[in-house]
Amino acid sequence: MTERVFHTEDLTKVYDTGAVQVYALRGVTMELFAGELTVLLGPSGSGKSTLLNILGGLDSASGGRAWFRDRELTAMRDRDLTRYRRDHVGFVFQFYNLVPSLTARENVALVTEIARDPMPADEALSRVGLGHRLDHFPAEMSGGEQQRVAIARAIAKRPEVLLCDEPTGALDSKTGVQVLEALKTINEDLGTSTVVITHNAGIRKMAHRVVHFTDGRIGTVDVNDTRIAPSEITW
Amino acid sequence: MRALDLKLLRDLRRLWAQALAIALVLACGVGILVMSYGAESALRETRATYYERNRFADIFSGATRAPEWLRDEIARIPGVARVQTRISQHAILDVPGLSDPAVGRLLSLPESGAPVMNVPTLTAGRMPAGAGVREVLVNENFAAANGFRPGDSFAVTMNGQKRAVTISGTALSPEFIYTLAPGALMPDDRRFGVIWMPRPALAAAYDLEGAFNDVSLGLARGARPEAVKDRLERLLEPYGGTGPMDRDLQTSHAFLDAELTQLRNTSRTVPPIFLVISAFLVNMVLGRLVALEREQIGLFKALGYTATAIGWHYTKLALLIGASGVLLGWAFGLWTGRWLAGMYAQFFHFPYLVFFETPATYAVAGLSGLAAAAAGAVLGVRRAVRLRPAVAMAPPAPTRFRQSALDRAVQALGVRQTSMMILRSITRWPVRAALTVLGIATSGAVLVASLFMFDAMDELLDVSFVQTNRQDAVLDFTRSLPLSALDAVEDMPGVLAAEGALHAAARLRNGPRSRLIGIEGRPPGTALTRLFDAESRESVDPGHGIVLTGRLADHLGVRAGDTVSVELLEQDRPATPVPVTAVITQYFGLGAYMDLDRLNGLLHQAPRIDAANIATDPRRQEALFAAVKAAPAVNGISQLNQVRRAFDETISENAGMTMTVNAVLAALIAVGVVYNSARIQLSERARELASLRILGFTRGEVSYILLGELFLLTAVAIPLGWIIGRGIAEAMVASFSSDLYLIPLVIARDTYAASGLIVLAASVGSALIVRRRVDRLDLVAVMKTRE
Repeated sequence: MTERVFHTEDLTKVYDTGAVQVYALRGVTMELFAGELTVLLGPSGSGKSTLLNILGGLDSASGGRAWFRDRELTAMRDRDLTRYRRDHVGFVFQFYNLVPSLTARENVALVTEIARDPMPADEALSRVGLGHRLDHFPAEMSGGEQQRVAIARAIAKRPEVLLCDEPTGALDSKTGVQVLEALKTINEDLGTSTVVITHNAGIRKMAHRVVHFTDGRIGTVDVNDTRIAPSEITW
Repeated sequence: MRALDLKLLRDLRRLWAQALAIALVLACGVGILVMSYGAESALRETRATYYERNRFADIFSGATRAPEWLRDEIARIPGVARVQTRISQHAILDVPGLSDPAVGRLLSLPESGAPVMNVPTLTAGRMPAGAGVREVLVNENFAAANGFRPGDSFAVTMNGQKRAVTISGTALSPEFIYTLAPGALMPDDRRFGVIWMPRPALAAAYDLEGAFNDVSLGLARGARPEAVKDRLERLLEPYGGTGPMDRDLQTSHAFLDAELTQLRNTSRTVPPIFLVISAFLVNMVLGRLVALEREQIGLFKALGYTATAIGWHYTKLALLIGASGVLLGWAFGLWTGRWLAGMYAQFFHFPYLVFFETPATYAVAGLSGLAAAAAGAVLGVRRAVRLRPAVAMAPPAPTRFRQSALDRAVQALGVRQTSMMILRSITRWPVRAALTVLGIATSGAVLVASLFMFDAMDELLDVSFVQTNRQDAVLDFTRSLPLSALDAVEDMPGVLAAEGALHAAARLRNGPRSRLIGIEGRPPGTALTRLFDAESRESVDPGHGIVLTGRLADHLGVRAGDTVSVELLEQDRPATPVPVTAVITQYFGLGAYMDLDRLNGLLHQAPRIDAANIATDPRRQEALFAAVKAAPAVNGISQLNQVRRAFDETISENAGMTMTVNAVLAALIAVGVVYNSARIQLSERARELASLRILGFTRGEVSYILLGELFLLTAVAIPLGWIIGRGIAEAMVASFSSDLYLIPLVIARDTYAASGLIVLAASVGSALIVRRRVDRLDLVAVMKTRE
């Protein structure tokens, strides 16, 4: 059996808005494995983003525990979480979140400068097929290109996990596929454990493992025996 | 309340800290305007009224002894409306309870009726009765300083004879609004008094029956003062006329004028600085607000609000900030105005209250404040008005950045990307960066320009009292005496050394330019007084020629090596050409100096002196004072050690207050600029910074991006502030300089350091307040939201 990269025990998250308590996670116990591409699938408000935020060290749990390998994330202090994100996690956002005043290469260099064992920025951009757009600013690129820069920025530090929140949510089908291709390549070439949140059911077919969320709980977990190529996905 | 107005109030509540920072800067401008403009107009109007009611003369002249019948001749000079002849003398006073000898200016009152000019206003008691020496009127400030009331007595040594006099009343006169003893640098009401007594008594004491030695003229409307002065000088020439002078050279008037000039310069220059910075801050904050509320503006327009309504909405926000600033400024102006009025009450004596707080002053200041806020709103409001609804509801176009040669140069240095972000932000918005630098620099400049006054005073005191005048006191004689008088002075108790001096009224002429001046003659190699040039910091020897102070040389248009023609007035001697040996910088008054023997030679007399500079033994001071009071030939004493002490006291009394007020004013500018800049940076970059936090950047690293730009701009602004501050100081020195005094342009290193440190502290402090918000960045929200 492959090594566990994340696992949680009875994880709960309650947002207390004063008047009402909103349960985002209602006791989630699950495992994710090294080298796999996992898709978290579910309607909005089902708890998938909350789980990703806790696994990414961005949010705290209200109850239960979560581990990255053998380190308990739910016990870490803010400073340690920053360190954890810096050393182990790559993030890809729905709206790319590039720094507009830095070129593609510089956006990647932003991360490689603080990483322990990064790959050269040019190499990271070549891996996502943007070796020819190094000196362009975000405003000079399409959405798909921007998202691929974001992926290059995420993987340049050779993270152990890559967490992607709706990476194709703001893109059309054609450019979305290019982004998915990039994620697949990274997963296969570098062996980076990848977690992708989506509400686009089509994407589940390219994953090793699909976790279905409903109402703060995990419904089913499917393991795909055969995966399809991103180019076969449309939406 | 209408929905838009509710939004306005809530916006203001949300922006309260930024609004307050702006309001405080604005308040400084409004407050200083209230104070300086209020004080200037109040002083000017009060003085004009006082001059008018008490018929302050237009032209003054002294003489040795002019026959009274000359009065009618003077009155016949075309343009002369009124003539007042009188007797004016100086005398030593023996005031009960005061061991120091005081000096009195004795002025005659007409035998019957009030003077036609320079009328004293009675403030207590009554006018002296009878023609005798028994009763006198004294100036109110002298009476107050010595605790005198009508009915009290003191002694006056008149022409060598000590006489007891009784105070019948106290008075104030437009001639002595600023009451300064001859040769003094600061008012000293305990030791200098104005004494009015009936003319027959003075005439008898000084052997001036049927004669006068002082005349004042009132001019008719449209009269030509130069022509009148010319005629008057010629009429008085045979009688030792000292040369006519107009109000500009009258001590009290000149000091008031200097104060008015200073106030006018303050009110014209300082408030605009604060108002412009407030406008800049309003522009910055409102610009950001309009950018943030872009979609809302689109929505309002889509809902049918007119562009005017939306423009007015944002204008009102600026005006509300402006109104808060105005209210705070009025309070600040009221407070500083009262403080200044207190200072004036100490130095300037009017028979009625000087009323600072006129509605007009507040209106002018308030409207200026509101105008500044409205001006700051123009650009933001215009953008809101012009935004088309369809465009407004879509996200703004992304900001375009470009790589410049500078970028590549910096990159080659291996600069980190976080520093690159700072650099790009500055080069992308250079005007904003430049204005921010200018704003912060202004804060430092305000400090340099206000604190340098203390350095200037140090220099002024050093040159005037340590380098130039080292004597403890000056004794003035009733008339010039043979050199042997110096032996008598040296024999007085407690006198350690004495040096003689002679003064002669003269007209110096260079072609068409001329100037009346008292020439001082000194023996060579004196130790108690030196002719010291503040510029070269060396002492100067007049030799066979004459040494002039810089401003006098400028008036005459001469330089060292040129020749001036010297016309001595008292003895009606023919003009003599005298070479100008040197031109020196001195800080007090105009001066002309010659060798004592040379001056006596010009006067065709055997060596004589009319004053003695003395060094005294402080342990024998009482005995010396008693001797001075008893000496018949001494009619004045200036205690320079007393002047030094008074100077030091006045400066240190006001130093703490002035320093604090200026430091606070300057810090408010720095805080206003830096705090608002930091808040706007944070608002613009919050999403970017939160993204970086997610990518694993620490709070410190993220704060560096947020504050690095401001610290960089502050670092540029501090030296720029020094340069601007020095420029302002130079302008101040130029505008304050008058024939009465010069302010040296000296800025100590400590002043620069204090300016830099205060600006740095204010910048860092306000940036750190904003820095705390970095801790509260919402990382989760950034994952999901578009900007």
